[in-house]
Amino acid sequence: MSDQEKEPMFSAKNFKFFTAPLADNNPITVQVLGICSALAVTVKLKPAIVMALSVTIVVAVSNVVIAAMRKYIPDRIRIIVQLVVAATMVILVDQFLKAFVFDVSKQLSVFVGLIITNCILMGRLEAFAMANKPWPSFIDGLGNGAGYGLILVIVAFIRELLGSGTIYGYPVIEKLGVYKAGYENNGLIILPPMALILVGLIIWVHRSRNNSLIEK
Amino acid sequence: MEHYLNIFIKSIFVDNMIFAFFLGMCSFLAVSKNVKTAMGLGVAVIFVLLITVPVNFLVEKYLLRKGALIWLGEGFADVDLSFLTFMIFIAVIAAMTQLVEMVVEKFSPPLYNSLGIFLPLIAVNCAILGAALFMQEREYENVLEATVFGVGSGVGWMLAIVGLAAIREKMRYSNVPGPLKGLGITFILTGLMAIAFMGFMGIKI
Repeated sequence: MSDQEKEPMFSAKNFKFFTAPLADNNPITVQVLGICSALAVTVKLKPAIVMALSVTIVVAVSNVVIAAMRKYIPDRIRIIVQLVVAATMVILVDQFLKAFVFDVSKQLSVFVGLIITNCILMGRLEAFAMANKPWPSFIDGLGNGAGYGLILVIVAFIRELLGSGTIYGYPVIEKLGVYKAGYENNGLIILPPMALILVGLIIWVHRSRNNSLIEK
Repeated sequence: MEHYLNIFIKSIFVDNMIFAFFLGMCSFLAVSKNVKTAMGLGVAVIFVLLITVPVNFLVEKYLLRKGALIWLGEGFADVDLSFLTFMIFIAVIAAMTQLVEMVVEKFSPPLYNSLGIFLPLIAVNCAILGAALFMQEREYENVLEATVFGVGSGVGWMLAIVGLAAIREKMRYSNVPGPLKGLGITFILTGLMAIAFMGFMGIKI
């Protein structure tokens, strides 16, 4: 333990824990984790960003807590311990959202609670935090949260622009005067199925740029 | 009777867990490679929903809701434990799946052998917690309504996963572009199935 303790806080290895989940090991498009909530909150940018931040905070902090306790958790009941830590964090985030951004909290409805069973959270706790020290776990949590947020923001940006003609609530298309030329918003984009198809297309683009990820 | 049938049909087709709310997506994508395992997981989900949704309903009604503890005495009329909802629901779900696993193992070894590996995983399936939270949000009035909703959601989930697994078995013979293979095409397939399911929107008996 002591020889690794001297490792600088922002070493290249730790930096890699942050950057890998952004592209090569993205939680959504490569690890296939946390899709449940990713699709439902992406109709508009604002809830998507709030959701991404909440998930990042919950994953990073629970990762630290579990990593700090990892030597004292009996193997048999580790899932329950992980769930309790995660649930505590989610309750805190939920109460915070209800107090400060009530309208967004209403839009997210049950999906804040569902962060508990978000596979990213359980996956990272089980695969990373149980085997690593708190600081790398924290970076890993931030990285995975950011990778998740990246996809969320891309999907939400496309759906909001094409579906409602706005970006973060600002009516871009109306200001550009495209409606006068006969343009209509595409109602289909707002409906759930298009979120799935959009993620499918993102995976397509991502994998054709990065051939090593192609499945046989 | 009609009322219950309505909730049942609605939770299968209109508010389908997968196609309308994307709940339980992770295992939906991971376990839909062949029909047999998909069927096993589907049955396990129905089973767990059948038990956890009514139990969570009772817990919500007699423990968590504001004023729910009044049966303990007048002094408890103002206690509001609803902030504990997530914690209690997930604890109930984890405990119930463990219990179901033990009961099935004891009384029906063949069923245990086919469902066994899935049962512990189900505790962290979003569809189970999601159903409990939707049950709370939609304010069902009695246990029967909640049970019917739970079973309906489970049947809807199973329908979706078995359907996707059947399509994916056939997909092996088609020529999908390289980068789209596997995950990509599965997403697009699910999207197309969801569009088909939107045809059920607004049906009522």
